[in-house]
Amino acid sequence: MTELLEIENLTVRFPVRRKGGGFGAKTYLTAVDNVDFTVKKGETLAIVGESGSGKTTAALAIARLVSGETTGEVRLEGKDILPLAQEDLKAMRRKVQVIFQDPYSSLNPRQRAEDIVREPLDSLTDKTVNEKRGIVDDLFKAVGLRPEQKRLFPHQFSGGQRQRIGIARALSTRPEVIICDEPVSALDVAVQAQILNLLRRLQADFGLTYLFISHDLGVVQHMCDSIAVMYMGKIVEYADRISLFSNPSHPYTEALLSAVPTVDARRRAETKRILIPGDPPDPLNLPKGCRFASRCPIAEARCSQSEPALKPVRDGQLVACHLRDGL
Amino acid sequence: MEPLLKVENLRIELSTRAGVAPVIDDLSFELGHNESISFVGESGCGKSMTALAIMGLLPEGIGKVASGKIIFDGEDLTKASEARLRDLRGNDISMIFQEPMTSLNPVYTVGEQIAEVLREHQNLSKVAAHNAAIELLDAVRIPNPKGRVNDYPFQMSGGQRQRVMIAIALACKPKILIADEPTTALDVTVQAQIFDLLRDLRDQTGTSIIMITHDMGAVAEMAERMIVMYAGRKAEEGKVQQIIEHARHPYTKGLISCVPHIMADPAFEREELLEIPGIVPGLAEFGQDRCLFAARCNMVTDKCLGARPPEVSFDTGQNAACWRAEEV
Repeated sequence: MTELLEIENLTVRFPVRRKGGGFGAKTYLTAVDNVDFTVKKGETLAIVGESGSGKTTAALAIARLVSGETTGEVRLEGKDILPLAQEDLKAMRRKVQVIFQDPYSSLNPRQRAEDIVREPLDSLTDKTVNEKRGIVDDLFKAVGLRPEQKRLFPHQFSGGQRQRIGIARALSTRPEVIICDEPVSALDVAVQAQILNLLRRLQADFGLTYLFISHDLGVVQHMCDSIAVMYMGKIVEYADRISLFSNPSHPYTEALLSAVPTVDARRRAETKRILIPGDPPDPLNLPKGCRFASRCPIAEARCSQSEPALKPVRDGQLVACHLRDGL
Repeated sequence: MEPLLKVENLRIELSTRAGVAPVIDDLSFELGHNESISFVGESGCGKSMTALAIMGLLPEGIGKVASGKIIFDGEDLTKASEARLRDLRGNDISMIFQEPMTSLNPVYTVGEQIAEVLREHQNLSKVAAHNAAIELLDAVRIPNPKGRVNDYPFQMSGGQRQRVMIAIALACKPKILIADEPTTALDVTVQAQIFDLLRDLRDQTGTSIIMITHDMGAVAEMAERMIVMYAGRKAEEGKVQQIIEHARHPYTKGLISCVPHIMADPAFEREELLEIPGIVPGLAEFGQDRCLFAARCNMVTDKCLGARPPEVSFDTGQNAACWRAEEV
């Protein structure tokens, strides 16, 4: 399979004013720090992590949707899109679309559903009015909305239906990649299943590639082929689904997986909960060594000396830990 | 032994522009001493309303107890005066809310907010209450409690704020702690810390816990019994493990299997998730004499549309309000 997306040394930093600093004293918060990953065509890569880990920033940087200073390379079908000027982004935006987390705030309340879905076609393509009408009608059908709902406003839909509108909008330009930023976390549990099933059906029907941002590991296990675990801006583990869930190898991944409450009695009995104490470090004042060392249950002296690199521990599994370098 | 809390045929009506709707419709349940139960269901099914009714905090002028009893320690709270309820709240029954960001007062230090409860209910002096606040922060595992007691909420992380909320709720050693989605706004590793803390505190103090959640995994972990609510009515009640193994109401079954849970064996074939089609009905449909879940149910028959299903009891101690409970 070809690599549709290749991310190399992606770094995103935001200028912030240092507390107590003098006039013009500026420092940078590095939200995403030297991240590498690839996404194959037709596959789903998950980026998981907790609030502040940089997972959303990394994904939005790939869509050229962050205001921070972005460096590195983001190659879409072999072509780096980071150097492109704003006006040259149209072709890339047709190929990369986003489904946002909050279906309440990501739809313009003053636009009708059909206008919301049609908007990317208006701004990114030269299609005729009739072509666009046909595409919008097909999309409504594809995401499970009724044709008579086209003229309604967002407030007349339920949360799940609004997310369907957001999905139809993302599909309108026939993108290669869809970035799904926590697409179900704002929805009620029963509605989540409807949307997750829809996303999988659409992936099969349209041959879509997903970059899936989530903090819900159950959803990730269900949806994704490979997973990158982020902590404080770094990827700490990167593996295919089965390796990650059957053999988590970074202590943070282990803690994260063990923390998920489950109804599976066998899993509950077999999993020893690993509690990680305290809070993540201050992102403006990162420790010198491993960023997880202060909370890590197995940290040793060398962990606070030097930062571990992402290295293979076994086939299909990379881990950034001094104490877990298996190969 | 008499249960600590006994709710009998509770009916709560909410007045809306469209008319009066029963947000809680004939709900009965019990909570034992040192027991942990969970209310489960989607938004708009009456879980939080039940909690607010027990606290005597129904939205004034809009919601009221129309009939039924809430008997706490032998006393019917639906008949209690406002002064008596104020005396109970935060003292014998306390509550922690979903949003630790907005439930603390931003202009008081966390120490002052913990001390306030103790001064109000236990007449402690300013100094004694301050010292007790430090001890409570220590009990909820805030590092360096002596220093942090003077922090304002904005100086703390989400998990720490929720710990402060727990410290406030537990300050007077309540008999019942109601936790309304206590970890929904928190990261999963922080959730694990909070659950661990709640379990330990319960072991030490014997407090009974009512947890409201939509996460079956959290229920499996925290509660002994669960009550599944749908559209203001009890759909199913029983021991957590038994319900997870064999739910007797199609709604419960749907709630359990519509969520992708992490499985012990990740190599399993990933099938489509079981969907519960549609959404919870609006208030206008509440209270009708039929099964309110019928429109979303894959086992629906004419009977379901004709009359409200009775509660069917099973030997396992489960009961389910479904005409076809025996076949589920």
